[in-house]
Amino acid sequence: MTCDERNRLSGPAFGEALFELIRRTACDLPGDVEQALKRAYDEEAPDSKARTILPLFLENIVLAREKRVPLCQDTGLPLFFIHHPSGFSQRAMATACAEAVARATREQFLRPNAVDPVTGRNSGNCVGEGIPGVYFEEGDAEALSVALMLKGGGSENVGRQYSLPDDALHAGRDPEGVRRAVLDAVRRAEGKGCPPGILGVCIGGDRGSGYLHSKHQLLRPLDDVNPDPVLADLEKRILLEANTLGIGPLGLGGKTTLLGVKIGALHRHPASYFVTVTYMCWECRRREIRIEADGTWCFIG
Amino acid sequence: MIELTIPISAEQILSLHAGDAVSISGIATTGRDAAHKYMVERLIEAQRPLPAEDQRLFDELKTIYRGGAIYHCGPIVRKTGERWSIVSAGPTTSIREEGYEDKVIAAFGLRVVIGKGGMGARTLAACKAHKAVYIHAIGGAGVTSAEAMVEVLDVFKKEEFGLPEAFWKIRFRRFPGIVTMDAHGRSLHEELGKGFDERLAGLLRG
Repeated sequence: MTCDERNRLSGPAFGEALFELIRRTACDLPGDVEQALKRAYDEEAPDSKARTILPLFLENIVLAREKRVPLCQDTGLPLFFIHHPSGFSQRAMATACAEAVARATREQFLRPNAVDPVTGRNSGNCVGEGIPGVYFEEGDAEALSVALMLKGGGSENVGRQYSLPDDALHAGRDPEGVRRAVLDAVRRAEGKGCPPGILGVCIGGDRGSGYLHSKHQLLRPLDDVNPDPVLADLEKRILLEANTLGIGPLGLGGKTTLLGVKIGALHRHPASYFVTVTYMCWECRRREIRIEADGTWCFIG
Repeated sequence: MIELTIPISAEQILSLHAGDAVSISGIATTGRDAAHKYMVERLIEAQRPLPAEDQRLFDELKTIYRGGAIYHCGPIVRKTGERWSIVSAGPTTSIREEGYEDKVIAAFGLRVVIGKGGMGARTLAACKAHKAVYIHAIGGAGVTSAEAMVEVLDVFKKEEFGLPEAFWKIRFRRFPGIVTMDAHGRSLHEELGKGFDERLAGLLRG
């Protein structure tokens, strides 16, 4: 173990930082999402169902923050995205993530969400085969950062993967085809993914990498601009058009069906052209911390 | 806001219409995927006689559900000493119970199904036939929902199903929701869905 690694990963500090990351992610909705919901309220017609529902969302956000309890009973699947310098033990970091998840579950900041699909048994501590998800990327930066997303199950169920061309949608292998597929996914999700949602989309990749990359897109702040101008235009257009579908908050009608669309792309096999859509509910729970070489840490953003 | 108190009569149900904002008070249970599978396969449609333990639970649920409500919810719960309380408890997606709910409504005489996202044609037909309604709770509002779930009275199948999937018997006080499927055969989900289809077709035509 390097000196740097010892400072940052061992001892109580790393585990404490991960626990606090989980606690805050579960209980305190990011400011950009809360602001977007407030703006949505202003957009909706007086006397609409949306105007009844959105204040209840905002009340829940304030109450969860004040009482330090989870915003939603479905605290989702914990997915950790870790950027680290070279020389760090991924196994040690994954173990620390699982330990922090088990502790957060004991203290009711997470619901026990790991069920054995063969026996039907709930593991009881939100840790199991493949749970929590921990994904690593080694970078040049000295900083060690950990982003956490709590991905709700209801919204996960309405995610979709399209293989273009798709005859029924008249969707070819181009941005127009992507647009058609994504709008179809929004229609099919209707109220079932807790709209207004945020879409993470991946164009290309394979069936596995497509879903993972689409989740990476959901870590982007709502107000960022895609550096690729083609994707930036597509994001803007799909957001605008999806909000004319009339699905609205909880699918009970309104102008706010989506709060954001984030699109990424991966190179693909010549034979394949996947469009993968992950649906994030209105309670887009994501937070990130940075851990310095001396073991001190802070929230980013 | 129309206030409903369990037990709810057929007349009260018939006075409700899709779109009405309501609140529910009284004793009901949570029940989601494992609970619905269990009720249909091991209580309602199982060979008689039932094992004694299942028969006891069947009888208990019949008492709770006659004129009562089931809430599609997997709560976060806390145990302090011997007492359980509800920490966060918004609705879960109801459509997964579409294969079961009509049988549950018929067998128990349920008046109210609470959840989110709406349900399908079979449940809508059962609501009409047996005088029941579907109430849409506020998806994601775990904390405000929990505030209206004031007392945990009992829990069934906790070990077998796990905490989120157990039947939690709870006293509700003015739990808020919107009737989206009524006993007159109207479904707001179905009606709104037609509009979504038309507008999507318009966007894809252009």
